[in-house]
Amino acid sequence: MDSIIALTGDGFVMCAADMTNARSIVVMKEDMDKIMELDRHRLLCMAGEPGDVAQFTEYVQKNVHLYQLRTGVSQSTRAIANFTRNELAKSLRKNPYSVNLLLGGYDQHDGPEVFYLDYLGTLHKMPFSAQGYCAYFILATLDRYYKPNMSEQEALEVMRKAIDEVRIRFLIKQPDFLIKVVDKNGIRTVSK
Amino acid sequence: MSILEYNGGCVVAMAGKECVAIAADRRLGIQLQTLACDANRVFRMHDKLFLGLTGLMTDITSLHNSFDFKLNMYSMREGRLMSPQTFSSLVASTLYEKRFGPYFSEPVIAGLNKDNTPFLCAMDLLGAAAYADDFVVSGTCAESLFGTCETFYRPDLGPDDLFETISQAMLSALDRDCISGWGVTVHIITPEGVTAKSLKARMD
Repeated sequence: MDSIIALTGDGFVMCAADMTNARSIVVMKEDMDKIMELDRHRLLCMAGEPGDVAQFTEYVQKNVHLYQLRTGVSQSTRAIANFTRNELAKSLRKNPYSVNLLLGGYDQHDGPEVFYLDYLGTLHKMPFSAQGYCAYFILATLDRYYKPNMSEQEALEVMRKAIDEVRIRFLIKQPDFLIKVVDKNGIRTVSK
Repeated sequence: MSILEYNGGCVVAMAGKECVAIAADRRLGIQLQTLACDANRVFRMHDKLFLGLTGLMTDITSLHNSFDFKLNMYSMREGRLMSPQTFSSLVASTLYEKRFGPYFSEPVIAGLNKDNTPFLCAMDLLGAAAYADDFVVSGTCAESLFGTCETFYRPDLGPDDLFETISQAMLSALDRDCISGWGVTVHIITPEGVTAKSLKARMD
């Protein structure tokens, strides 16, 4: 039921995720952060089975840190995406993690990038993407309103339109969304 | 729906006179939802050898990574490039290794032999190779592709005519399949080099 959205703009990536944690028909809490900060310039939006998500994304986060500590070099967004894909593909035929991800990052060299990753290990770079049931509404909304190289203000407006669509059309209530932005200066939370 | 049809997509390869062509669609979807129209399922292994993979996208990526690695190791060890025949045996054995838990991907191999004669090969997901000297097809619209290829194909075409033929065969077949399409890439492999062209198809 998680809704995660990510889009690239002019020198930044904007990620949004709903803040509801629900199990079966019960809402457990409404202030959950589903956008993990992998390092200073990388955001990982997480959807899926909460146990698998916690286990898997922390494993990725710690490995990104470990690589940085060992080599003194921080990986590119693409490198992290491929590492994550590899882990998902390896576990797919043993003990699959039910985890769907959107990796957004800003890189000195490659600029802002968004990668789509699902539990099967499908990896694809996209200008914008969404996962979960919300994708049915949001992909269409973004197809209509997304423009390349938007300013942060424009991107926020588009993101609001997309989230409003979920609020109006989606059967399940998702009152609050967390929006984070990553650019060359690092990560900041834009709104709740 | 079969797992081979989960992401959609198709590949076709055709032989000409001292040239081969390989074409693939560009859709990446999850069942009937289209995610992207810039997917890549044809890979250059070396200048005279191309590999097209249809089926489940995660396995396409895994197989491509694995073949890239194996080919690099081979060329470093042997100091030469792998021949298409050898490569098709490598692909077949790599797939059959996973006989009881297969990669859900059906490859198409197109290349030029040492004497610049065309080489074509298609396989099922277990690595049962089928060699052909006219055309090979694979993917969600394989049946339609067989029909269009049978109709349009003529032996011993030059690179330009071959491009026209494979493009028309591909475009006609794509329009009858709703989980393939959204553009086509065509690679024409000749002894002089490779040309890549992209076609606009019906973008729906």
